[in-house]
Amino acid sequence: MGIRTLIVMLVASVVIIAILATQETYRIFVPGLLEGALLTAKITVLGALLAVAMGVLAALGKLYGPAPVRWLANIYIEIFRGTSALVQLFWLFFVLPQFGINLEAFTVAVLALGLNIGAYGAECARGAITSVARGQWEAATALNMTRFQMLRRIILPQAFIAMIPPWGNLFIELLKSTALVSLITLSDLAFKAQQMNQTTMKTIPIFTLVLLIYLAMSLVITIAMRYLEQRASRGLARGRTV
Amino acid sequence: MWDWAFAFEILPILAHAAIISIEATLVGFVLAAGLGLVLALARIAFPWTAWPISVLVELIRSTPLLIQIFFLYFVFPSFGITLDAFTAGVLALGIHYAAYCSEVYRAGFDNIHRGQWEASIALNLSAWTTFRDIIIPQAIPPIVPALGNYLVALFKETPLLSAIAVLELMQTAKIIGSETFRYTEPITLVGLFFLAMSLVSASLIRAAERYLNRRPAR
Amino acid sequence: MTDKPMVRFDKVSKRYGPLTVLDSLELDVMKGEKVAIIGPSGSGKTTVLRMLMTLEAIDDGVIWVEGSPLTHMERNGQLVRADQAHIRKIRAKIGMVFQSFNLFPHMTAMKNCIEAPVTVLGMKKAEAEARAAELLDMVGLSQKKEHYPSQLSGGQQQRVAIARALAMRPKIMLFDEVTSALDPELVGEVLQVIRKLGSEHDLTMLMVTHQMGFAKEFADRICFFYQGKICEQGHPKEFFGNPKNERTRQFLHAVLEAG
Repeated sequence: MGIRTLIVMLVASVVIIAILATQETYRIFVPGLLEGALLTAKITVLGALLAVAMGVLAALGKLYGPAPVRWLANIYIEIFRGTSALVQLFWLFFVLPQFGINLEAFTVAVLALGLNIGAYGAECARGAITSVARGQWEAATALNMTRFQMLRRIILPQAFIAMIPPWGNLFIELLKSTALVSLITLSDLAFKAQQMNQTTMKTIPIFTLVLLIYLAMSLVITIAMRYLEQRASRGLARGRTV
Repeated sequence: MWDWAFAFEILPILAHAAIISIEATLVGFVLAAGLGLVLALARIAFPWTAWPISVLVELIRSTPLLIQIFFLYFVFPSFGITLDAFTAGVLALGIHYAAYCSEVYRAGFDNIHRGQWEASIALNLSAWTTFRDIIIPQAIPPIVPALGNYLVALFKETPLLSAIAVLELMQTAKIIGSETFRYTEPITLVGLFFLAMSLVSASLIRAAERYLNRRPAR
Repeated sequence: MTDKPMVRFDKVSKRYGPLTVLDSLELDVMKGEKVAIIGPSGSGKTTVLRMLMTLEAIDDGVIWVEGSPLTHMERNGQLVRADQAHIRKIRAKIGMVFQSFNLFPHMTAMKNCIEAPVTVLGMKKAEAEARAAELLDMVGLSQKKEHYPSQLSGGQQQRVAIARALAMRPKIMLFDEVTSALDPELVGEVLQVIRKLGSEHDLTMLMVTHQMGFAKEFADRICFFYQGKICEQGHPKEFFGNPKNERTRQFLHAVLEAG
């Protein structure tokens, strides 16, 4: 879907939410849900930052680290991909305090989701880095660059562009998993929805709004990533021949 | 810290709960694979359904599974039907993953060379026979690993059913924790169980992939 | 003329499993010498260059560059396998131009040429840019300084690649079939740059090439490789005019026939 179609869809969903906000049955729910959506957005952004950091680190560790580092990276990836986000979330929320580590629910949320998505991201990053053509490595070697210089200036910038689409999908998964934090008492969009539903039992209006809000947020992510991809590959003219 | 005696004590309880988790997984997956196939076939058999189905699929894939579980559990009572938590949960899992499976089937069907369809028409085969004898036997084997991956994904999502109090593994672990104030052992054991199942199924799927991709001797 | 060779391959061998690609190679290249390496594919000619550029490891023997070992280092009077730090030190004297150019696609021609001088040699950006501008001018591309590789023709890209390698002030330049990937009409402009390089600079040059005409007119020595060994070598006049070895004759005959 072109970036234009996506923007149209985003505008459409926002317009629909706005229209519904004027309707009697929907109006009361909108402010509370938007408040929850704000918390959801915060967790998503912070979780995304952690995920990218962990994913790239784990990929680099797995590809170029000494044996203990490779081992650690693999363990991190296997554990966080082999168990679901909810298991990880509950573990961090319920078990850490038993070891004396008392973190705020918000911190636990960002940590669990960031580490979870980061483990999947490591695969993306690894694939993107190894997909950078061998010739680039050889040219950099011929210019006598150190491994670090090669990675930082030549390989990673090119890998970065290849990584953007799959990371975009992962960020949407991250957005969806934020709903889980409602189960550790955080007042995110899902929590607010549940809360309102319990009290008013007006399931359809509430969840229609919730659906539209999540949809709008995921469209924002997709559009942002497309834009990022366009900016980053400026000048690269991938696929175009001279 | 870690109490081995306690861990062994709760194992039987968790084992019982694991059965519920596995039941939910299997029923949910049967629903997902079946409904997914229906959706994929409908798009081909009745082209006017293609657009509504893709919108539905997009909607399901873009919103959290947890929300869908809540929705299904709470929406039915407003119509006077009460579903028990297990049924609602499995229904939600099934519909959610049916959306993903339908995409897998779609890719599988798309990969069938056009000539197969055309030969079937030339031989005057009925649509039903074409699907049954020509298309499906060719489309399914390559996509089995992808379906397998969704089976595993579905299994890993069963803890979400704890949100509507289904007595699967995670819910049981939380109950043990709240009753004994020892959360470490139950939740860690649940985590290890999922990890083990994930690793085992990953190698099973790889083996299935190798088996399906073996080339017959010519 | 000093009697120490610029490059010395001292009984160097390279194997890929059961296949011996280079067999106890002994080759000396003097300072400022221009050597053309020719031969059928699989004869090991590209491997010679790649090992000198440390893109491949050697199995036996030692490679010397300007009197110091490249692949090994001296420790307590013994020669042991060199570590990364030593390799990088010696490797700094060598530059290479590749068949597939390998320009950095996310950088302009200018950026490609200043990247290594700035990050590896620690040159100031302004100084590096001045030098790069000079080099790009020498290869005839001052108009294309701010262009990206995707906006340049093959011949132009290869010329930028040459400028990029020269920016590091190597003493030895390696050319690995640098015109093989180019459309015929673009080959000339690249050869012209190499010709210019040869006449204006005191560079030691090793090139693997199929351009016999160019090799004949430009090289000081032709090395004919066959099955991992030097089958025959000599001054172009001698080599092309009066090949001594039967295989050399066969090869030249086949190449000249192909036109």
